[in-house]
Amino acid sequence: MINQLSWKVGGQQGEGIESTGEIFSIALNRLGYYLYGYRHFSSRIKGGHTNNKIRVSTSQIRSISDDLDILVAFDQETIDLNYKELHDKGIMIADAKFDPKQPEDTNAALFAVPFTEIATELGTSLMKNMVAVGATCAVLNLDIKVFEEVVQEIFGRKGQQVVDKNMEAIQAGFDFMKGKLSDDVELMELEKADGLKRLFMIGNDAIALGALAGGCRFMAAYPITPASEIMEYLIKKLPALGGSVIQTEDEIAAVTMAIGANYAGVRSLTASAGPGLSLKMEAIGLSGITETPLVIVDTQRGGPSTGLPTKQEQSDLMAMIYGTHGEIPKIVLAPSTVQEAFYDTAEAFNLAEEYQCPVIILSDLQLSLGKQTVEPLDFSKVEIRRGKLVTEELPEIENKGYFKRFEVTEDGVSPRVIPGMKNGIHHVTGVEHDETGKPSESAANRNAQMDKRFRKVENIRFNTPVHKNAPHEEADLLIVGFNSTRGAIEEAMSRLEQDGIKVNHAQVRLIHPFPTDELLPLVKTAKKVAVVENNATGQLANIMKMNVGHAEKVYKLLKYDGNPFLPHEIHTKCKELF
Amino acid sequence: MATFKDFRNNVKPNWCPGCGDFSVQAAIQRAAANVGLEPENLAVVSGIGCSGRISGYINSYGFHGIHGRSLPIAQGVKMANRDLTVIASGGDGDGFAIGMGHTIHAIRRNVNITYIVMDNQIYGLTKGQTSPRSAAGFKTKSTPQGSIEQAISPMEMALTAGATFVAQSFSTDLKDLTALIEAGIKHDGFSLINVFSPCVTYNKVNTYDWFKENLTKLSDVEGYDHSSREMAMQTLMKHSGLVTGLIYQDTERKSYQELLSGYSETPLSKADLELDQAHFDKLAAEFM
Repeated sequence: MINQLSWKVGGQQGEGIESTGEIFSIALNRLGYYLYGYRHFSSRIKGGHTNNKIRVSTSQIRSISDDLDILVAFDQETIDLNYKELHDKGIMIADAKFDPKQPEDTNAALFAVPFTEIATELGTSLMKNMVAVGATCAVLNLDIKVFEEVVQEIFGRKGQQVVDKNMEAIQAGFDFMKGKLSDDVELMELEKADGLKRLFMIGNDAIALGALAGGCRFMAAYPITPASEIMEYLIKKLPALGGSVIQTEDEIAAVTMAIGANYAGVRSLTASAGPGLSLKMEAIGLSGITETPLVIVDTQRGGPSTGLPTKQEQSDLMAMIYGTHGEIPKIVLAPSTVQEAFYDTAEAFNLAEEYQCPVIILSDLQLSLGKQTVEPLDFSKVEIRRGKLVTEELPEIENKGYFKRFEVTEDGVSPRVIPGMKNGIHHVTGVEHDETGKPSESAANRNAQMDKRFRKVENIRFNTPVHKNAPHEEADLLIVGFNSTRGAIEEAMSRLEQDGIKVNHAQVRLIHPFPTDELLPLVKTAKKVAVVENNATGQLANIMKMNVGHAEKVYKLLKYDGNPFLPHEIHTKCKELF
Repeated sequence: MATFKDFRNNVKPNWCPGCGDFSVQAAIQRAAANVGLEPENLAVVSGIGCSGRISGYINSYGFHGIHGRSLPIAQGVKMANRDLTVIASGGDGDGFAIGMGHTIHAIRRNVNITYIVMDNQIYGLTKGQTSPRSAAGFKTKSTPQGSIEQAISPMEMALTAGATFVAQSFSTDLKDLTALIEAGIKHDGFSLINVFSPCVTYNKVNTYDWFKENLTKLSDVEGYDHSSREMAMQTLMKHSGLVTGLIYQDTERKSYQELLSGYSETPLSKADLELDQAHFDKLAAEFM
């Protein structure tokens, strides 16, 4: 019996690799296992190697695994590119159709199963992925009944016959593989899971659901990898709430439309990846100087320019903090789990209205697209706070005076009225302006308005600026990361602890304004600090040095080849520090 | 009921004396009063440039955004509150150069707003460079040998992009311009009104006198039918685009908001932001 399994299915893009992984994982998720998926894909629709690596465990996991137990291959390329991940007792199950070749330098066993042939005999070669799922079940000694429900859901609308045929394909794959397994092949039987139903979703699902829960009723966006799922989800769900999504002509229209809707009183969202964020920068500045609430999602991917559009990277950090000309107050959040992505997105709409400034939710490709098991989301934790939005009637202002929308206040936040409100008329402009919004170039006014805007974010109230797991008062090592590196860091941490190294862990969730006070004590009490990030220049490490100091003990642990960190990489590199 | 005076504020425009934009400002104020608006129910969104300042000179809600982006901001405002009357405005550089992409797509999207372009065929605020509306051969600081690019034809372009309301006017024709803006506001869909608004400082070619000599009023064109797209196109081509009046109106096609499935009939800005627990549970269950 094992408590963890790593399974990968690969082939040519467009031949059902996705759905094979999907069916396998939904069924296991419903049995109560924790899953964590990683999709390797290219920026093309048909052809090119793609694979879906799924880790199954009886306890919560948030990282892909170092190695692989089972590789399901629909072509030789899948074997050649991935067999090295298999451990000595790993198993390859490949379609007999392409006459799979056993690589020389591995002890992992290769089994040729006629996926396509069996499927074709049953009616259509399209069912070859079902045969592969069945063959996997034989290795896991898993009753194929667990797939009945999922197959019914997916194929039910095509009729009972299609459902039955697909189940037959799974059974046939199971039977064939069972016949091939000799006594000396160790079965990989998973310990029974708790059977509890949990969510199975990608980070983008959680962001979109968080937006709905947080009162977002309008979105304007332009399609881009890896952000489009957010738009696609809201297009399906917003009409039921009277809202809508507009797919705009470009990224600039998306952000400015969201600004217009926010100005007029609707919680509005735009989402994109690095290239889109680069285009949105001028408008983010507009949101800043006009104090118009705005929530923007940046799902980071490999840059610069088109870069590695379908690969993992965390290189937008500096751009999100500093990337607009001039200076504005801004909030940058970086959820490190799917759960946090949900809560932080909902909260971002509160922060945007309370502080009347742009709020950027930073994600990364692995967090946005990695499908995983998620503990129930507690909707009662979501609240709607609209800050100084004026809702009561306003007194008349004499001589057509304007409402002081940009009134200089102690906390820097001014009362906000939205168009349509009587006696609230004021002007809004990206030109420096006075308290009523009229353009003003006077030095005294400039100072008053700049100071007022920055006062707003001096004392940001955000629930958990840093996720801390700090069991040691004095640590040998503090590991710091942000976004999706959390799971790999957690696993590395437990291995380092086994090695006798005392490790504390901090995952930064509020990137800007930087939570120096939260981090400083941890840095002070650690002998060394390793900052783990998917970029080439150590952006978070540099921000740490700038804000927290102690540069002499900060080490950069970087990876920028397009792939997420594996636990053993962090473990090994951290050990090298001692 | 509000009069045009109620749409005046106490800000003195920083336009040059004699600028065509003064009349456009007056026409918007009159049209707003004539259609029975109250100042708080009008939002004027403008771009950057001399004419972009107009949102600060009208007593209404005003949003002066960034260069070329008045249209997406205005569409966002309208999507948030369909009860507001939304006017987007700016110059020919704003709408036909940096913002051209938005102009075409706002036309085909057909959100119920009015777009007024103050077209002076030059860049004024940056002190006299060529605009996409400058004629070939037009000499400016940026085209000292005369422009070698073709001027664009916004009215023909609007027709090919699927516009439902296309009009053109001359800033001195205050009465006609006011009537066109009223018609544009009442039109259920996107209305584009291009206004020849001479720059007295930097454009010494397309002057008030030049327009008076070269413009043809559509009301003077015998048998002109603004419901015919074909006639509109032919007439524009025949007169090199130098016509004024209502060029084309399609009263059949519904606006974006009317066609949008599920879209709130009351202003979205007044919607309840709370989801109920049952609704949330249903959404979450889809991920199990």
